[in-house]
Amino acid sequence: MKIPLLMQLLEARLVCGDAENHRIIEHAFASDLMSDVLTLDACSPLLITGLSNVQTIRTAEMADIHTVLLARGKKATPEMIALAHQNDMVMLETPYSIFKTSGILYQHGVKPVY
Amino acid sequence: MTFTYEIEGGNFSRAGTASSDIKKALKQLDLDYTIIKRVVVSLYEAEVNIVAHARRGTLTADIDPDRIVMVLDDQGPGIPDIDAAMTAGFSTASSRVREMGFGAGMGLPNIKKNADSLNIQSTVGVGTRLEIVVNF
Repeated sequence: MKIPLLMQLLEARLVCGDAENHRIIEHAFASDLMSDVLTLDACSPLLITGLSNVQTIRTAEMADIHTVLLARGKKATPEMIALAHQNDMVMLETPYSIFKTSGILYQHGVKPVY
Repeated sequence: MTFTYEIEGGNFSRAGTASSDIKKALKQLDLDYTIIKRVVVSLYEAEVNIVAHARRGTLTADIDPDRIVMVLDDQGPGIPDIDAAMTAGFSTASSRVREMGFGAGMGLPNIKKNADSLNIQSTVGVGTRLEIVVNF
């Protein structure tokens, strides 16, 4: 799924990154627990999370995740945006819950990591 | 090539900066993607552990042609029962650490999973030393 379609489906707002030229989202993983994110072997899923702090982005960097979607109406901090920008990530915000977000993406072909 | 960093306990804004630097250095070496990921995930978990539990610590990473040896020494409470700490789900983390998305008792088991060798020495009331080796 391309980022512009994801934004349309989830009423998501682009916080940083290049939505038009970003990689296609094939897999997604939802968690508020960064320790779980660090156990993933899969390559570059979309991270859906309600955890909004700088360690969310740092964890994404370590796990080679290039796209982060903050759900439940959570807002990115300036520190998060700066770090995401430094790592060429796309970061988005949606007012939808993690459950609703995951359901919509799954319905439109985005696969789970496991 | 040797890298040394000081790590400040409790400072979550800076947690991961050393791991990030080492990741950038490893990417210059044309190593396999999965090796780099194993190194940085284990290093980041260990770095976050110092920030979460200790007063301060030092991280030294020695990169050789065939492996990386990472030593993390901290001044902190130490680990009373290393076997328990290696059990997935065992945690003594504070609520603040949990709010940052960690403290679920998965750090040390995840380091072990990603490392070729993990050695832990700890003295209660003094500190903990981790030696993590990943072969290239």
